[in-house]
Amino acid sequence: MSMELDVFVGNTTIMDMEVYQLWLDGLTVSDAVKVRMDEGALLECEANPEVLTSDTMDQFRTFQMCERLLHSPTKLGSQLLYQIPAQNQIILIERYYEFDSVFAREVLGKKLSKGTKKDLDDTSCKTGITLKSCRRQFDNFKRVFKVVEELKGPLVENIQRHFLLSDTLARDYAAIVFFANSRFETGKRKLQYLSFQDFAFCAGQLISYWTIGAMGAPTVPDSMMEDMDVDLEKEFLNELKDLKVLVNDKDMMDQHKILVCAALRGKIKVYKLMEVNFKNLSRALINLASKLTHTKDVRDLFIDLVEKFIEPCRYDRWTVAEITLFLTHYTNAAHCLGTFRHQMIWDRYMGVIKSCILQMYHE
Amino acid sequence: MPGKLKAKIVAGRHLPVMDRASDLTDAFVEVKFGNTTFKTDVFPKSLNPQWNSEWFKFEVDDEDLQDEPLQITVLDHDTYSANDAIGKVYIDIDPLLSCEAATVISGWLPIYDTIHGIRGEINVLVKVDLFNDLNRFRQSSCGVKFFCTTSIPRCYRVALVHGFVEELVVNEDPEYQWIDRIRTPRASNEARQRLISLMSGELQRKIGLKVLEMGGNAVVGYLQCFDLEGESGLVVRAIGTACTLDKLSPGTAPNTTTHTNTHTLPNTAPTSNACNSPSKDSKEPVFSEDPPHSLSGPPTPLRTLPSSSPPPFSPSKPCSRQSSSSDTDLSLTPRIERFVSSPGVFLCPSSPTLSFDSPSLPSSGLILCSIGSALRAYTPPPLPSVQSEGSVLRKTVSFSEELMLAASGMGSGGSVGKEAGPLKTLLRQHTQSALEQREFPIFTLTCFPPGFLVHVGGVVSTRSVKLLDRIHNPDEPETRDAWWEEIRQEIKSHAKALGCHAVVGYSESTSICEEVCILSASGTAAMLNPRFMREGCLDTGGSDHRLSRQPHPGMVGSERGEGEVSSTWLGFEDASPPSCGFVHIPYDEFNMPFPAQLTYCYHCRRQKVPDVLFTTIDLPAEAEVTGKGCLIQARLCRTKKKAQGEVNATSISNLLPFMEYELHTQLMNKLKLRSMNALFGLRIQISVGENMLLGLASATGVYLSALPAPGGIQIAGKTPSDLSYDQHISTMQKRIDDTIAKNKELYNIHPPKLFTLDPEAFTGLNTECIEEVVGSPIPDRQRSSRLFRSTSESSDELSELDLSHGKKDAFVLEIDDTDAVEDIQSLLTDAPIPAGFYSCNTEVMPGIHNWTSGLQMFTSVRVYRLSNANLTNQGLNKIFTDLCENLLKSLYFKLRSMIPCCLCHLNFTVAVPEEELIQVAVTAVAMSFDKETQQAADKALTRGSGENEEQLQFSMEMCGESTISNNQPTAKPSGVPESAMVHSSRVSSSERCSPLPEGRSRSLRSTRSLPCGAPVTVVKMTPLSFLPGTRIVKYLGIINMFFIRETTSLREEGGVSGFLHSFIAEVFAMVRAHVAALGGNALVSYSMKECVFMENPNKNQAQCLINVSGDAVIFIRESDQEAIPPLLTSRQTSSTGADGTT
Repeated sequence: MSMELDVFVGNTTIMDMEVYQLWLDGLTVSDAVKVRMDEGALLECEANPEVLTSDTMDQFRTFQMCERLLHSPTKLGSQLLYQIPAQNQIILIERYYEFDSVFAREVLGKKLSKGTKKDLDDTSCKTGITLKSCRRQFDNFKRVFKVVEELKGPLVENIQRHFLLSDTLARDYAAIVFFANSRFETGKRKLQYLSFQDFAFCAGQLISYWTIGAMGAPTVPDSMMEDMDVDLEKEFLNELKDLKVLVNDKDMMDQHKILVCAALRGKIKVYKLMEVNFKNLSRALINLASKLTHTKDVRDLFIDLVEKFIEPCRYDRWTVAEITLFLTHYTNAAHCLGTFRHQMIWDRYMGVIKSCILQMYHE
Repeated sequence: MPGKLKAKIVAGRHLPVMDRASDLTDAFVEVKFGNTTFKTDVFPKSLNPQWNSEWFKFEVDDEDLQDEPLQITVLDHDTYSANDAIGKVYIDIDPLLSCEAATVISGWLPIYDTIHGIRGEINVLVKVDLFNDLNRFRQSSCGVKFFCTTSIPRCYRVALVHGFVEELVVNEDPEYQWIDRIRTPRASNEARQRLISLMSGELQRKIGLKVLEMGGNAVVGYLQCFDLEGESGLVVRAIGTACTLDKLSPGTAPNTTTHTNTHTLPNTAPTSNACNSPSKDSKEPVFSEDPPHSLSGPPTPLRTLPSSSPPPFSPSKPCSRQSSSSDTDLSLTPRIERFVSSPGVFLCPSSPTLSFDSPSLPSSGLILCSIGSALRAYTPPPLPSVQSEGSVLRKTVSFSEELMLAASGMGSGGSVGKEAGPLKTLLRQHTQSALEQREFPIFTLTCFPPGFLVHVGGVVSTRSVKLLDRIHNPDEPETRDAWWEEIRQEIKSHAKALGCHAVVGYSESTSICEEVCILSASGTAAMLNPRFMREGCLDTGGSDHRLSRQPHPGMVGSERGEGEVSSTWLGFEDASPPSCGFVHIPYDEFNMPFPAQLTYCYHCRRQKVPDVLFTTIDLPAEAEVTGKGCLIQARLCRTKKKAQGEVNATSISNLLPFMEYELHTQLMNKLKLRSMNALFGLRIQISVGENMLLGLASATGVYLSALPAPGGIQIAGKTPSDLSYDQHISTMQKRIDDTIAKNKELYNIHPPKLFTLDPEAFTGLNTECIEEVVGSPIPDRQRSSRLFRSTSESSDELSELDLSHGKKDAFVLEIDDTDAVEDIQSLLTDAPIPAGFYSCNTEVMPGIHNWTSGLQMFTSVRVYRLSNANLTNQGLNKIFTDLCENLLKSLYFKLRSMIPCCLCHLNFTVAVPEEELIQVAVTAVAMSFDKETQQAADKALTRGSGENEEQLQFSMEMCGESTISNNQPTAKPSGVPESAMVHSSRVSSSERCSPLPEGRSRSLRSTRSLPCGAPVTVVKMTPLSFLPGTRIVKYLGIINMFFIRETTSLREEGGVSGFLHSFIAEVFAMVRAHVAALGGNALVSYSMKECVFMENPNKNQAQCLINVSGDAVIFIRESDQEAIPPLLTSRQTSSTGADGTT
């Protein structure tokens, strides 16, 4: 005797969120049943393995049928096929688009192409996430990227509007889209210690302060609105060249150093080393700024930050607090330089660099 | 040109990509009605086209409006090749034809394709302008309202119940036409869908005409079925109950909601009024409770009722002290019919000729085999115990003799009456005049207005095996008509044999396998209050009828019986509590149609009641139930040899009686195991396959407080000498006893012991004696009678069981009987329901009242393949039982998040789609209830007499006349033991958790209930006729949809499960969309009448047909706090009032 057909259809679609998670994790039905049994599902309602298998299969089928709708979440609300309470719709979508940060870290900055997708089995092995789940997450990235890429307006809002995601999740997706678009280098060995969250934070900073949209949309003419969040503002990057004066003008550099040292004396343990290295550190940051007109150098932003600034500091055993103090005074001191006229650009640049460095400065 | 149909195509959305190159679609729409077609412009390159068309106008006959659906086809324009169809929408115009239903159809409807399923949605607007048709000879019946609901729809009141309407239309099945060989599956499916849509339209129109002829304006309990007879054609048939309904004004509407549904809704004025009435006017009989009447204002039902109250006499208790006659039986039902039908030959010459011994072959080539054949049913029961057989036979004969007597008496309206008293005769004559003149005194209703149902006799059912042959002339479906006619006649005669003049809760069904067809019909024999039925065309003139409903203060007695009725009689009658009247036997005690143990009603102590009652109806609202109910199922599987034609039909008809018998025995055992004494909503389905027959009986078991407590089950061995055998038996016995004890606890069945009063004491009206009784142990005599009563007649093995040998404590199962072993197996293998769950197959679960708005309607389908072809009956039974049990288990597991909850209206359908396949489909609704308030309610009730005092006070205020008696419970003004009754009201109410606490819990809950701010698009569906915590404010029309889905890429669609899953989801979606387009937010009385699934995995193909129906309604949440206090009050009074008068 065998069950040939077994379906359960509710007028309101029944979805067990625990099973949903197992499905999202890419488990097979039999694995999912095992997991559920281990979690004590059999204790409920006098269930037996048969019942559990039937329920799991049915739930998996339901999710599979809903998956098509989840690809365009706005349809989920207007479709008639499944009657799903609004509350559940939100959860369904949110969970579907949630991703493993380990996985996202792997894909970050890579081109969301078929080639990358083919390599997913490696990623799967490396991260221990099932291939199925990897594919779903990858496809989600790609889908969001494709939809948002062409759209005008703020990136996070666009993602929220089209995919009905929560604010935090939309921000993470914005980061992924941003990285995929600018193709930042994240894969180098020296960057391996950085987590997805580190990069997402940095991406958030870049989006918030360095893109066209960042500086208040109203001033930007309509024609310029395109991709305003996805690309860094060209004009700003050009203007960054002006900051070179801080290292090229010897007087200014010395004065800058004096001001910083005066402010930090006695406040940080690494004062001596700082005093010695000041010029190198300053030069590193300023050079970085002036190079950003080249796409290649933009891509290397993070590796440069690590190599030129974070590693030297780490070598000298700076603490985070010390770096914070240093960068704060380093930034503020420039304002006191009488001859330095690029205050706006300076603040815009250093604000982001400071918070990125602080985020990235850990083991 | 009596009608103008207007349609406007607004927009489309989510259309499929039809042009691969552009990933877009150039869509346009064809709108077709009859032979007229309009087209919209092409909306190029969009998946969300905005057509915004003009109004397309069709000028048509209203006849066509009823028959034809509006057909909307969405196509993709293609310059070079033929336009591709995207899909279709069929819109049933019928709801727009009644002024009280919907006025416009407007909304997003899924575009459906039989191969691809739902492909986007289309927004349409449809309206109808109807002109008045004064043509007397019209063929249309616009305006007749149809309801699937098998009770009087809320927000209507019933003025008259006209009776049974049926119609049947036949056609060739397009799937089997020659042209099907050359057309695409899509074309074939669409032809079929369209044809069925046409046929159901036609059927509805014809039924409507019949209703108009009878003077009615509505059909309630409309049940439409399809018989896919394959080669021989397609039959669409429908039955229903014609009524005259009056719409209640919005203000009063809420009140009606309660009357059938006292449990779920706060009680309302009318009901209370109704219940109250007896106490108000002590002369008033029970029936005065007619909510509609009280609502209607001036015509107070109370007074008038007496006039129409013949039923009171019916039982004729007055004349015959205890000998009074009405008894009912019940349990025996299946058996009964068997008895009945054979005598039927003698009794009712009018009934179709039944050929028992040799199935005759009428010219049409059909075999008619009534299972009614008593002897066959009886003799062959697979009882190995030969010795008992003789006695059984003997007994049978004697029964039928009795039966003949009884029946003939009834027929003449004389002999029985003499014995039982003139009143009974009167009643008989009276009701006969009202009912028997009709061809079929049959009603499809399962819930009734209070007072409608006087007595219930038991289940009557008939099955007949037919051989199908091609329907030669579709315009004259006489063969099929004749078949059903025979069946209904037989049902009618069975009812007569039970001393009843009507059949309620009636339904018909078929099971077809190849050329063999089993036609089945079942219902509950009952005595009805003719007041609801007297109509112009029958004995009483319309004017008379109307008069009788006017308030006539002076007219207290019945118009007919008045003369004979002495005042004492009236007083007596009056004392009969309304809550138990329906269980009193309708047949004569001395001429019982079958052996049954009669006792005095445990509620009123005046009338005889049977020990067990089986019915197909819902639990009447007024019934008093102890504890909770539960679903009881009997399952049976019987193999049969493969055969063709007549041989096949004969072997099937030979098997049927055995199956009925065994199902019945199983039901009886399981009922006793749960310590219950009545079954409601009994539905026995027998499905035929090529090599097996499946039988499934489902019902809801309850403990009716008015019936005696069931005895236990005793196992007896035949060879007592064997020690180990004895041991085996005693362990079994212990298990059974334990289970019974456990079940009592589980279902909270603790019958009030105090009430085992001696009936003799009652009749003596010796009050002193009664007071003693109240506090003291049961009198000896009663005890003995209790023992006596607990014996059950249902097992044939008990040949020695007869009336003279009555001291048996329990129902005996002889273990060496193979059947009994099987029975015990099945008894004990039924898995217990997980904690927090209850289940029933009726509308509501007795004992649960505080429903929350949590609701989940679902359908589950399973198909099992039997791998081993050589299974024995026993093996098959085991498999089948496991299937059902596992299915239930899965349902409980799946719905565990709703705990505490009750699965209501569990409807199982079994089929044998192919050899070695068993298909089980279940539709039900899970409703969660509030446990805390439930407990609080229970507590509040049991708290003591303080509460009761309160209730009494209410009753004082409300019912002037009864005040005195109620106020002094210990006094005995009318000679009726008031003290006992007061007691009873308390106990019973604590069990039912009824009046007061219910009100409380409701008010608690209503503050908690969610605002009605749910999204507009949410459409609730339920197989019940109501939604808890809500009020139905409008019925928008019937939804009756038929869909076919086919696939040639089964694997790609997720295999059979994936295919069926998405199809059922699609059907639900389309139903919801149509309800929403009518402006509704729920579908009540939903049922999936057909779910035919065929697969051919080798070809990667599958096909499925689904037919669903229900009533589209608008409901509003009951958040009106204001309404509750008065209702609460009235509820209290009602209950006390009712009890007080007893």
